[in-house]
Amino acid sequence: MRVGLDVGSTTIKCVVLDDTDNIIYSTYERHFSHILEKSEELLRRMADLYVPGGRAEFAVSGSAGMGMAESVGVPFVQEVFATRVAANRLTPGTDVIIELGGEDAKILFLTGGMEVRMNGSCAGGTGAFIDQMATLLKMGADEMDLAAQRAEKTYTIASRCGVFAKSDIQPLINQGAKAEDIAASIYQAVVNQTIAGLAQGRPIHGNILYLGGPLTFSRCLRESFDKTLGVAGVCPENSLLFVAMGAAFYADQRFDLNKVADRLREKGAAETYRSQPPLFADQEEYRMFQARHAKSTVPRVPFTADYAAPVHIGIDSGSTTVKLVVMDQEARILFTDYRPNLGNPVPLIREVLQTLYDEHPALHVASVTTTGYGEDLAKAAFHADYGVVETVAHFTAARHFLPNVDFIIDIGGQDMKCFKIEDGAISNIFLNEACSSGCGSFLQTFAQALGYDVREFAGLGLFADRPVDLGSRCTVFMNSSVKQAQKDGATIENISAGLSISVVKNAIYKVIRASSPEELGRNIVVQGGTFYNEAVLRAFEKEMGAEVIRPDIAGLMGAYGAALYGRGKTRAGQVSSLLDREAMAGFRQETRSEICGRCGNNCQLTINTFADGGTFISGNRCDRPITGKADTGERNLYEYKRKLILNYKPVPGRRGRLGIPLCLNLWELFPFWHTFFTKLGFSVYHSPLSSRDLYLKGQGTIPSDTACFPAKLAHGHIRFLSKLGLDAIFYPCMTYNIDEGLGDNHYNCPVVAYYPEVIAGNCPEVKETRFIYDYVGLHRPKDFNRKIHEILGRYFPGISKAEVREASDAAYAEYTNHMAQIRKEGARIIDQARAEGRRVIVLSGRPYHVDPEVNHGIDTLITQFGAAVVTEDSISDRVEKFPTTVLNQWTYHSRLYAAAKYCCTQPDMDLVQLVSFGCGVDAITTDETREILQAGGKLYTQLKIDEITNLGAVRIRLRSLFAALDEQNEIREEA
Amino acid sequence: MDLSFQNYPKFTPDMKKTHKILIPNMAPVQFRILAAAMEQAGYTCELLENCGSQVCELGLKYVHNDTCYPALLVIGQFLDALGSGKYDLDHTALIITQTGGGCRASNYIHLLRKALVKAGYPQVPVVSLNFSGLEKDSGFPMTVPFMRKLLAAIYYGDLLVALKAQTEPYELRRGTAVALQKQWLDTICGWVRQDKGYSQREIKAAMPRIAADFAAIPVHRVPKVKVGVVGEIYVKYSPLGNNDLENFLADQDCEVNLPGLMGFVQYCAYNPSETARLYGGSFLEKHVSDVILKYIERMEHVMIQVLQDNGFHAPLPFRELVKLADGVISTGDKMGEGWLLTAEMIELVRAGYENIVCAQPFGCLPNHICGKGMINKIRELYPQANITPIDYDPSATRVNQENRIKLMLAVARERLPKQTPSPERQEPKPAPLPQKMIRPAKSKGAAVL
Repeated sequence: MRVGLDVGSTTIKCVVLDDTDNIIYSTYERHFSHILEKSEELLRRMADLYVPGGRAEFAVSGSAGMGMAESVGVPFVQEVFATRVAANRLTPGTDVIIELGGEDAKILFLTGGMEVRMNGSCAGGTGAFIDQMATLLKMGADEMDLAAQRAEKTYTIASRCGVFAKSDIQPLINQGAKAEDIAASIYQAVVNQTIAGLAQGRPIHGNILYLGGPLTFSRCLRESFDKTLGVAGVCPENSLLFVAMGAAFYADQRFDLNKVADRLREKGAAETYRSQPPLFADQEEYRMFQARHAKSTVPRVPFTADYAAPVHIGIDSGSTTVKLVVMDQEARILFTDYRPNLGNPVPLIREVLQTLYDEHPALHVASVTTTGYGEDLAKAAFHADYGVVETVAHFTAARHFLPNVDFIIDIGGQDMKCFKIEDGAISNIFLNEACSSGCGSFLQTFAQALGYDVREFAGLGLFADRPVDLGSRCTVFMNSSVKQAQKDGATIENISAGLSISVVKNAIYKVIRASSPEELGRNIVVQGGTFYNEAVLRAFEKEMGAEVIRPDIAGLMGAYGAALYGRGKTRAGQVSSLLDREAMAGFRQETRSEICGRCGNNCQLTINTFADGGTFISGNRCDRPITGKADTGERNLYEYKRKLILNYKPVPGRRGRLGIPLCLNLWELFPFWHTFFTKLGFSVYHSPLSSRDLYLKGQGTIPSDTACFPAKLAHGHIRFLSKLGLDAIFYPCMTYNIDEGLGDNHYNCPVVAYYPEVIAGNCPEVKETRFIYDYVGLHRPKDFNRKIHEILGRYFPGISKAEVREASDAAYAEYTNHMAQIRKEGARIIDQARAEGRRVIVLSGRPYHVDPEVNHGIDTLITQFGAAVVTEDSISDRVEKFPTTVLNQWTYHSRLYAAAKYCCTQPDMDLVQLVSFGCGVDAITTDETREILQAGGKLYTQLKIDEITNLGAVRIRLRSLFAALDEQNEIREEA
Repeated sequence: MDLSFQNYPKFTPDMKKTHKILIPNMAPVQFRILAAAMEQAGYTCELLENCGSQVCELGLKYVHNDTCYPALLVIGQFLDALGSGKYDLDHTALIITQTGGGCRASNYIHLLRKALVKAGYPQVPVVSLNFSGLEKDSGFPMTVPFMRKLLAAIYYGDLLVALKAQTEPYELRRGTAVALQKQWLDTICGWVRQDKGYSQREIKAAMPRIAADFAAIPVHRVPKVKVGVVGEIYVKYSPLGNNDLENFLADQDCEVNLPGLMGFVQYCAYNPSETARLYGGSFLEKHVSDVILKYIERMEHVMIQVLQDNGFHAPLPFRELVKLADGVISTGDKMGEGWLLTAEMIELVRAGYENIVCAQPFGCLPNHICGKGMINKIRELYPQANITPIDYDPSATRVNQENRIKLMLAVARERLPKQTPSPERQEPKPAPLPQKMIRPAKSKGAAVL
């Protein structure tokens, strides 16, 4: 007899085979993280019922089984390996296996060079990811599969990691996109993630086998794979048990299963994980803590049926919840409502408003103000009077509560917001980057995954004796840390406490990045639904070493602040524009989606139509679908830079056709190389502006899934060029950039410098053409002539030195001219903005951030807010070299520091830094830029961008910035 | 406003007498000899041994969290030490290396200074150990005799590491190789402290004795999985950085090969001239590397010869290593570990260490290119290459890392019986394989993997 046990991240599988390898018994169960107990129970069950004498050949596999197997002295079989053992036996002739588990994704190439690929530590879970997304859609996993089968279309959802995808999905839900379509999009995202992350350029074809829970249970997921890969894969019998069976086949040592179970029990008693001190020393400490927080309350007055005085309504349509507050003229609370948004907030808000009308016949609504993710939608649907960006709403509420507040932290379902207040205005805003978002809802999803209600779950942690130390990184990492802790015998109580502490550490060290409580201020208000969780609240106080104030309406502060904002704007006797009783009763909402098609962006629009004929459009990157007018780009230097580049056209040449990818540094150097090669008699082509489609076509050859998005786009550009039948593709390696005299050195970053090496090593397309990626240095013009002559001679004999010299002179001149044009147009835009009284935003990044697929239209978004946009390289020459606290050694970043320095001297100019996710250099530059700006009394705003296509968070951030700048101005004028 | 960051304390020559210098422990063996060399030169110094979760936590607290893991650890280790109460803070200095390349690692010293101010140790000076003339006011005074000592220290260290690694897995009595390594390490440190042992002549005399001692350890050579470790330099060597990777692999019954630290020194020496050749430069720039490399080569030759004479595997001379990059990656890739990392992988594969852990901090920029970016190409040339890239990070869990390594090892083990023991150390009688390495032949003729 043989027994194989497969302990995965969410499920446990066990098979018993007889001597002819027939399955006598098998089981597939969720273990709800009770790994040791469940394994022990299963072993005893096998021994009692299916294994005569209790002795059998036995081996363990699975991601959670590794440490366990070692600790009880049973052979461990790596799970991918086990899969292969099983597949070779059960399904000979298989070429490729795709297996998705709870948290792992694997591809096994069996034929044509055996290879196994597993997701990196960053790519996050897949089964757990689908579960999380299903929870978000309020569906079970099977319901989601059924729903997806009815989908009409799919949305683009970031496939790089679960947290990113979630930030894409949430806004779709909030904007009223159809659940069916979202469900299908989620499966497609999983497919893209698997292929992009694991195939790495190796084609998947032949006989494909689908294994693991998600692929077994979801038809739609299998079909998405089939369609994307152009194959017809098979999900075999026992597809859930391959790993367990592989372990059984592999097993060659006999064990007494009951004895192993005994050892497991002993192991369970010994806790070996890394822990931290408990949240409360004793019950007494907890009692005092509770008593202290019970003091922070807002006055309430009864909301009688005949209430007729003016009321102000605040609606906070957040990412996961809808909050509504009704207050009187004195800001006392009459009524509150707080509920999950169930995917579409509009009917819920309507229901509450309807009830208010019904139960209070004499209701006099003076103002209605909306805020939060769904601010615009709710405002349009119900004709609210005002919309206010959520950061301002929260500040308004906190200030009302504690006039001298100097620091506010809000942890909601999907985001964290923190702001520092100096002199009565928001002086610094921290929003979580997409990477650590979802912390509040993460706790909830985790609670559910472990089979608890979130309140109950958090309560468990309060008196945990040894909370697990889970670190402070993104939630995907936490998943595997939890897995490890469970394996090491941590109790649910200690895991719960550990998770609460992690949320807090994330907020403090990832978002605020504070090192001491003094830095944050003395008067701290904490708010957001997550702080109702006493474990999180306590962890925050402990971590900061400070007592904080948590209002009893912590989760309603956005709505309360919105109502306050409305109250402040309203004149006496004013009546709100809110839909009246009749209109409210007849309210209807219809949602459809369409491709905009008015320009090349082809935005996926979600169009809400309401009973009164009003519409609300979302998903648009510009105002064109709303106003019908195209953006002229006259206040946008990014637009101008794009035009400059796209104006370089191929000129027929005698020496052949040469292609240059429009990626990374070539966004700046294209004028140089175009001129250079055109002069030499080449016809120079460039790849187009990046697009989603271009990216997807190249994603299969990306070897490192954690490289920055601009670099990964290069693969698509190369692929595009390779289809043109050119004589050569030119993409040089460049250790050094041009020296502009602003820094101590003039390097390119390692990725920009050497990405052509990656292209040469991983893109099969370049083998079909001449791919020229030699090392060149433009920083030494004289040597350049000589060196490039040697290099070109290897590919195109017969180019004379004189020709090269002439071409290079022209190229340098063109480059100088190009940069001068940018500076000139920048100056013009600044002058025009000043004449028109507009703010100037220095949208700082690197040359390739001009690519619309990289910046996701943030440049046009800023101009929509009425500001003018210039680039860092248009003003960096306006300051002299100055000392920095970091080694100033990259040309692009020297410009950034210089631009920041210049901004400090210009009252109407503010800097927003674009940071690509995964850019290691920016870990250094962001701090330095922040310090330069703060030293000059300026706000620092950083926008982290990746594949993410939704601009919701960016919009909030920019609006907060503008609101804070306006407020600063007002205060300055008053003073 | 606050410009205190720019007024950092300098390391002045008289501090040599008054200050104790703390050294982060990157490569435990090599750095011990280096510390001894510094002591001989008149410095008081201490190699930091403190580790544990608080090191990483302090790093997270005082350094930008997206900065690479080695920076977090090194700075965390310093702060942890300074906070321990063991040191007189007014008479303590820190030393950190600076390569001066285009990788963000050149900025560690600045991050450290910022962190010191934030953490309340603004008076602690930081010394920069570099060969590029950076940090002129706080650079470690580099003299030619001292450089010679450093080089000797590294070679002795590399030799001891290589000898132990090739002996320990096969030794009959557990612990013999470790004890011998410790014994020699003490001896060499003793020499160095007395200003002895680093001349060409002395090295030539000492190295054969060391190697002979290891060769005399009774061993039983059976085929074992041979694993090479390459990667970002700190994570590659430091047990703190790589979750004790070397010991983990040893526990998995592998022979581990960590290519020597001298390779990196030679790589750093090689690059300036290569840069001048690629982009232009003076005659001096083009040839300065040759002078240094020539000098190192003499010691290198001794070590290689000694290893070979005693039947051990010896690394390729640097001159040959450079050639391995040819056709895979240009030697112009000089940021981080650059082309060296790729060349080391190829060398390992060709030398029979075809199972490779490529270790890097999460999001390490140079390794996107020369590590992960080159694996595909290496596999095309050497289909037997079994390379697994592993990311290290404050929150990357050990269980995930070890699981991936185990997958690599599973593939390696299955190939193992087909391999023959390396010819130069062939034992007279082929040894029986350890149990897990033999797959019992199953009935039904099922494919045995």
